[in-house]
Amino acid sequence: MASRHKHSKRIEGLEKNVWVAFTSVAADPSIVNLGQGFPDIPPPSYVKEALAKAASVDRMNQYTRGFGHPSLVKALSQVYGKVYGHQIDPLKEVLVTVGGYGSLFSTMQGLVDEGDEVIIIEPFFDCYVPMVQMAGAKPVLTPLRLKSTGKKNTTSADWVLDPDELASKFNSKTKAIIINTPNNPIGKIFTKDELQIIADLCIKHDTLCFSDEVYEWLIYKGHQHIKIATLPGMWDRTITIGSAGKTFSVTGWKLGWSVGPEHLIKHLQTVMQNTLYTCPTPLQEAVAQGLVRDYELMGRPECYFSSLAEELQGKRDRMAAILQEVGMSPIIPEGGYFMIVDVTTLNEDLSHMTDDDDAYDYKFVKWMIKEKKLAAIPVTAFCGEASKKQFEKYIRLCFIKQDSTLDAAETILKNWNKV
Amino acid sequence: MHQYTRAFGHPSLVTILAKFFGRIVEHEINPFEDILVTVGAYQALFCTFQALVDEGDEVIIIEPFFDCYKPMVKMAGGKAVYVPLRPRVGGGKVLSSGDWVLSAEELACKFTPNTKAIVINTPNNPLGKVYKKEELQMIADLCIKHDVVCISDEVYEWLTYDGAKHLKIASLPGMWERTITIGSAGKTFSATGWKVGWAIGSGHILKHLKTIHQNSVYHCATAAQEAVAQGFEREYEQFGTPESYFQQLPETLHHKRKKLASCLEGVGLQPIMPEGGYFMIADISSVNVDLNDSSAQDEPRDYRFVKWLIKEKGLATIPVSAFYSPEHSKDFENYIRFCFVKEDETLNAAEDILRKWSTGK
Repeated sequence: MASRHKHSKRIEGLEKNVWVAFTSVAADPSIVNLGQGFPDIPPPSYVKEALAKAASVDRMNQYTRGFGHPSLVKALSQVYGKVYGHQIDPLKEVLVTVGGYGSLFSTMQGLVDEGDEVIIIEPFFDCYVPMVQMAGAKPVLTPLRLKSTGKKNTTSADWVLDPDELASKFNSKTKAIIINTPNNPIGKIFTKDELQIIADLCIKHDTLCFSDEVYEWLIYKGHQHIKIATLPGMWDRTITIGSAGKTFSVTGWKLGWSVGPEHLIKHLQTVMQNTLYTCPTPLQEAVAQGLVRDYELMGRPECYFSSLAEELQGKRDRMAAILQEVGMSPIIPEGGYFMIVDVTTLNEDLSHMTDDDDAYDYKFVKWMIKEKKLAAIPVTAFCGEASKKQFEKYIRLCFIKQDSTLDAAETILKNWNKV
Repeated sequence: MHQYTRAFGHPSLVTILAKFFGRIVEHEINPFEDILVTVGAYQALFCTFQALVDEGDEVIIIEPFFDCYKPMVKMAGGKAVYVPLRPRVGGGKVLSSGDWVLSAEELACKFTPNTKAIVINTPNNPLGKVYKKEELQMIADLCIKHDVVCISDEVYEWLTYDGAKHLKIASLPGMWERTITIGSAGKTFSATGWKVGWAIGSGHILKHLKTIHQNSVYHCATAAQEAVAQGFEREYEQFGTPESYFQQLPETLHHKRKKLASCLEGVGLQPIMPEGGYFMIADISSVNVDLNDSSAQDEPRDYRFVKWLIKEKGLATIPVSAFYSPEHSKDFENYIRFCFVKEDETLNAAEDILRKWSTGK
């Protein structure tokens, strides 16, 4: 084959992807899939109806405004105007993208350059690192660490940053820091104090902040989601990312958004106009309708943003109980729809799996899918090489699943030691 | 249908695309290796350039070109090398897009050791040219000789008129393994707002586009892909019959194309009949109007004419020099582009405007 058909340098080393590796395996219907983060509970009916209605209008099947369908950016500016407590310009301070993923990409491509450094907190949603690399920049990783509490049950709040360690990662090359709150996979919700530490460093070093808040509505009792962009001095240097897929349980709609100051958003818009130009119209119209409906109900229990969190709290607690019953210690998440659990307490000897140098959690998940027909995601997919030893004892379980799925998982776990 | 599907393309969609296009190129297409579904053909182009073009690579672009090729090549760090289609000299009036041709020598000299790819668009936007077999063969010969990748933007593939036949360069000998062919559900099914497109090509090149895709958007919307798959299932059965949308759409557009052309002739605008696509360009050089815009003397004539046409006549078009490189745009300032995939009401309104204009109103 012709040697000049090789790929561009920017994708060197970026071919592997944990989702590509695990999703097809877990798609086998006989496997109980708590792996990839998508709901198997139905989306709200009014959102599905809005899509059917939109598609029946001819005009809604043609191109819409590139940076975001007018009714959608208007609805977003209303919802977030309320949340942020200040007016958000729908045309200049909002960009609609292909999922939260597309917002992350537009942000990296629009604002990160060759030679820049970008700080990423571990464990991190896996795409941050290859996206930083594709922009020609260097990922600088800094881990959350489990502080010893002496308590029996650990929560995601027990995973913290060391402020000095974090500060040491900032230098003159640091372009941005990426934060994800609530965090995937741990479920941590950064407190105001924690966000303030990060904000102080951003201001001191004149660094940007990319805040991935796709799980912003999935907050469990006793906790509060805080937007770092609302801290003093932060609006002007923060891009905040949201997701229709996570907001309305429609991951397959692939719509997300970036909210931020005009002087930053305009660069994301430039990327958008040179990559895919516009997002699908009927889907945007339907999300707009959903947001308008829930905007009216914000703060009330009937609002989907609240009712979904309540529904998931029950599932979270159930998942934790199932794991505890079989002797495992899950880390109870404060938000999001994932839970990580230390599997070394199960004492599975996987030394027979010597054919690759996968970390323990990868071996465990592969073995578990094959032998136990239960799928999860290995947590070292979310960390760098240096932190593998710290994270390889954990696997990530997704609990936004209907009761029958959780029942099936419970059965498998209860029968774990039976041959 | 509301949750994530397979990242590189919804299974039912890639399966039917492989079947559908495999039949056309007469080459087996592996649905999981040789196809990537993207957010419109636009994103397929983006993935292609990002996956294959490096800093310093040259990419040949045939003019007039769909405007996004230029910034996409630039964003990938590549250098665009332009070669224009020119109206054939001698032998009477140039009345058809088929009369716009490449000079074999001019094209050949654009290939250098740095040439990574050439971009062709057939049927062409804005001109409507449908490349003939000999023309594609000439390009193919050069691709093979210089070991260059061919990026073939064929979004208007179903829209050809008067017996012009759309040919896929990937079906020529030696070309499957070096061609990325790009298509669009938006143009195929008149649903541009669905933003579903695809890149089809040999797996060893396609895999690089997949890497870009998985690190940029990762998935495309499931429901839109499922609907497009159903559309193609139906068309697979109806292909070649009068019930096929791929036959009905060009028939409908054929009338619109004819109607627009005669309206334009009526006001002294010389249309270049497109063999394909849904755009028509018209020569404005014989139109003698006072553009009344002394402040914009530096702007190209077609830009000034388009603004005048919008302001004075309430008719919107696009200046064709926008589809040319800076080095050649001066030669093509006398054309404006009309889109005729419009309902009769719109075309009638345009006709009224043009008729009034021709009678001096």
